[in-house]
Amino acid sequence: MITKKIKVGIINYGIGNIRSLSNTITKIGVIPDIITNPEHLNLYDKVILPGVGAFNEAMRLINKMNWRNAIIEYALERRKPILGICLGMQILANYGFEHNKCEGLNLIPGEVKSLKELGCKLSTPHIGWNEVKITQNNFLFERIGENSSFYFVNTFAFDVNDKIYQVAVTEHDIEFTSVVVKNNIYGTQFHPEKSSKAGTQLLKNFINA
Amino acid sequence: MLKNRIIPILLWNGYTLVKGQNFNNNRRAGSPITTIKIYNSRDVDEIVLFDISKKNLKIIDTDFIQSVTDCVDVPITIGGGITNISQMDDLFLSGADKICLNSVNFENANLINDAAKKFGSQAITVSIDVKNINNEYICYYKNGTISSHKKVVHWVKECVEKGAGEIIINSIDHDGLMNGYDNNLIKTVSSNVKVPIIAAGGAGSYKHFYEAFLNGANAFAAASLYHFTNSTPAEAKKYLLKKNVSIRKNFNINN
Repeated sequence: MITKKIKVGIINYGIGNIRSLSNTITKIGVIPDIITNPEHLNLYDKVILPGVGAFNEAMRLINKMNWRNAIIEYALERRKPILGICLGMQILANYGFEHNKCEGLNLIPGEVKSLKELGCKLSTPHIGWNEVKITQNNFLFERIGENSSFYFVNTFAFDVNDKIYQVAVTEHDIEFTSVVVKNNIYGTQFHPEKSSKAGTQLLKNFINA
Repeated sequence: MLKNRIIPILLWNGYTLVKGQNFNNNRRAGSPITTIKIYNSRDVDEIVLFDISKKNLKIIDTDFIQSVTDCVDVPITIGGGITNISQMDDLFLSGADKICLNSVNFENANLINDAAKKFGSQAITVSIDVKNINNEYICYYKNGTISSHKKVVHWVKECVEKGAGEIIINSIDHDGLMNGYDNNLIKTVSSNVKVPIIAAGGAGSYKHFYEAFLNGANAFAAASLYHFTNSTPAEAKKYLLKKNVSIRKNFNINN
């Protein structure tokens, strides 16, 4: 049960379907706002950065719509919690290499590379339910059992510069980073909003913490 | 390692959920929203919904689709009567995670290709309905009423080359009889393409899921089994886990 009113926002920079994310958060007991104006970002206690599609297209929209500075100020200066989901997690990195090299938000040191480049010999995209192995304890996993499964759709993965930022991994021929954390900045490669009860619990942990 | 999946298939006739045998003699199977809410709460891995209303509507009923997708927090695939990209746009915007193409592929050879380019193969499922005619697996369309005269091996390869991300392989002969999938058909298809195979048509017990797994299926769809018996997706998972099939365990809150 949520006692104090937490203001949760979902950043809408024009990429991806945020309907199911918004539905899942509503089920937790908080009605999220869809934020379309970067100047409103600081009104929120917690924000979620979603995304599906290609890294450079997402960054093009982030830059074009003046989200970059707003997100960086929110996360680095105000140190408020932000959770990136799927492509939203990947663009937290320094660079992405989908199509061509593209600068990310530089919030968590690392680069986003294709699973193939990282050594995966199985077919990609990696789609479906897969286990998430916790490598460092984090409040995001509270009440979620060891090796719970979450729903993934990814061809690329976050290659962290330092394992300190990796708190969970997933195996698809190779082990890749499935959850990143640096201070108040969080990211999941999987879609918690499509991951049934485990995913709902993770979102609940992020929002209620 | 990716998990094998337990998937209920729901057939919507425009008024109610239905389920028949050999694509005929549909029985009513309840309200779509109530049924989907129950499946969602029981931790199924995915849900597939086919609109078989034959209304041939050009316009997607986005209100209905949204009321369905709003109830689920697992991936949902929607199919039935899709003939163009703009309908797919509507379905994705209404919360579908994947769309499923079937009959249209026999009439518009490029649609899979166009859809995969626009939305990515991961979002495009192709369903193939098959009858065994004189020991040849022949693909049928329009709800199993028209023969395409195409052999399943050729057709499935063609669909995958064009960009199908996964295949639902449905045996019209076994549909609704609950005597087991056409395992030979599943083997024929799974040994010819690399994309995930969803077995459909004929599941009547958990053992049938295991047989489909042994023949190369990655996901086990069922309708009658859940509509008309006491079987549940959760029990199916327990059974398969005991057989050492990699399946997502149901979530337990870990205090």
